[in-house]
Amino acid sequence: MTALRTVVRHPTLNLGGLVTLLLLGTAVVSQVWTPASPTQIQITQRLAPPLQAGLLGADHFGRDLTSLLMVGAWNSLSIAFVAVLLGMAGGVLLGTLAAAWRGWAEEVVMRLADVTFAFPAVLSAIMIAALIGPGATTAVIAIGVFNIPVFARVSRAAALQVWERDFVLAARSAGKGPVLITLHHVLPNIAGLLVVQATIQLALAILAEAGLSFLGVGMPPPHPSWGRMLSDAQTYLSQAPHLAILPGLAIALAVLGLNMLGDGLRDIIDPKLRRKR
Amino acid sequence: MIFLLLRRFTALAITLLLASIAIFLVLEILPGDPAAIMLGTEAREDTLAALRREMGLDRPAYERYLNWLGGALSGNLGLSMTYKVPVAELVADRLAVTFPLAFLAILISTAMAVPLGVIAAANHERPADHGVMLFSQIGVAIPNFWFGLLLILFFSSYLGWFSAGGFPGWDDPVAALKALLLPAVALALPQAAILARVTRSSVLEVLGEDFVRTARAKGLTRRVALRRHVLRNALIPVVTVMGMQFSFLVAGAILVENVFTLPGLGRLLFQAMSQRDLVVIKDVVLLFAALVIVVNFLVDLAYAWLDPRLRQG
Repeated sequence: MTALRTVVRHPTLNLGGLVTLLLLGTAVVSQVWTPASPTQIQITQRLAPPLQAGLLGADHFGRDLTSLLMVGAWNSLSIAFVAVLLGMAGGVLLGTLAAAWRGWAEEVVMRLADVTFAFPAVLSAIMIAALIGPGATTAVIAIGVFNIPVFARVSRAAALQVWERDFVLAARSAGKGPVLITLHHVLPNIAGLLVVQATIQLALAILAEAGLSFLGVGMPPPHPSWGRMLSDAQTYLSQAPHLAILPGLAIALAVLGLNMLGDGLRDIIDPKLRRKR
Repeated sequence: MIFLLLRRFTALAITLLLASIAIFLVLEILPGDPAAIMLGTEAREDTLAALRREMGLDRPAYERYLNWLGGALSGNLGLSMTYKVPVAELVADRLAVTFPLAFLAILISTAMAVPLGVIAAANHERPADHGVMLFSQIGVAIPNFWFGLLLILFFSSYLGWFSAGGFPGWDDPVAALKALLLPAVALALPQAAILARVTRSSVLEVLGEDFVRTARAKGLTRRVALRRHVLRNALIPVVTVMGMQFSFLVAGAILVENVFTLPGLGRLLFQAMSQRDLVVIKDVVLLFAALVIVVNFLVDLAYAWLDPRLRQG
């Protein structure tokens, strides 16, 4: 009951949750319904401001902006989601193993994390795009790889704390090996923390995906993407400012919502941090 | 201390070496035939063979790697396939834009973030604190390239105070700085948002320490205690986070330089990608990665130097 009350009374968590839910809802709805087809070109509506053609106007091909933004939400979220999942799988595996085995295994994992950390998603994406060309795969790999060291560090630090606890000592004296202890005791105890981290990384991944598609190394046309919409808008900045404002607003709102949700979840999972942040 | 320094230096060398191996593997070994990637599928066999010879692809991989690494260490970065000039020359030209841009961005973000963080902590749970936290939440969520577009929209298209992009060169330093100002602000905003938050929590933490209570008990006002005892201690974690943020600054520079069409390293890398100039990509990516690694190493050292408790670590 107390936990439920904390959730209900937490404004950051509620607002973040609401915005995220709205984002998810829009993305899912876009797969079955949009006000107009996002690929339908209507040259007569070209650069129409909001309310003159559809709710939010039209782009340089006369495509309905509302529909483009809706499908953009799906594309952005799906790339970010898969990338974070990939990074989490790799990172948690490395981090928990490093904590379980310590010694040289830990040293190797942390060194690899340091190296990967030196390659922000944009940098790896440019390398990969030069080889296999731009696309969703390029974006997913680049963002996913950058997430591996983040999760490796977080899960190693959290797992090390769990390894100090008495119940792990009990499990060890009962003869359980490092892998079983990690599966049965460490992972369940760090799962909450990982969910919080994943929420925050998802926000960062949406930012990264937007950056990649802005540079033209993300989702290729004709699939709508927020970043590329902004890149296209550069040409029509003074003629049609709404094209440069609305997709950016969508990105900022999505990131803000996920960040607030992550902060709220962290407050509930680790109340000690609440005062400081 | 010497043992710690040696350990850190060894770790730095290993990290740099691993990063260079990773880049070499991705750009030279994974593609199978880098020459075919650079020339595209319709290249003629004799042109391909010539490029392979020029790139030394007929030699074993380890020899090419050692050659590249030796060259990089001595400043000889090879020849760009599209520009037909030494990559070192290209990089030096572009650094004259990217380095001041990054420096200006760090300056602006620190000048904004530290006062904001201190004000927030000094007014904990009051409106000023909530205001700074709101700024931080929003600042982190705004993509820097979008913020750059908004700055162009307002200051160039609407007010006409700045040009929408381009760089006039350092012959006219005032015009050059003016061209870098908007991009630096765009780059600085997300950094400032994060740093303000870190400064706030760090100051709050130090404010709760015993030595601050002692300082207050001996009669120092809150303001003097904050200036003399809290700030110096609170800034240590801020410096660390600045170091950790450096990789985001690099990524941001690549994007922002493209928004403002600045002829910097980021734009060079982007153009090299479009032209599939693997030689330039390999060198510039190595430079960016090495920068991030070395900055983090220096921050690590500074941290140990500032906080004696860590020297044993």
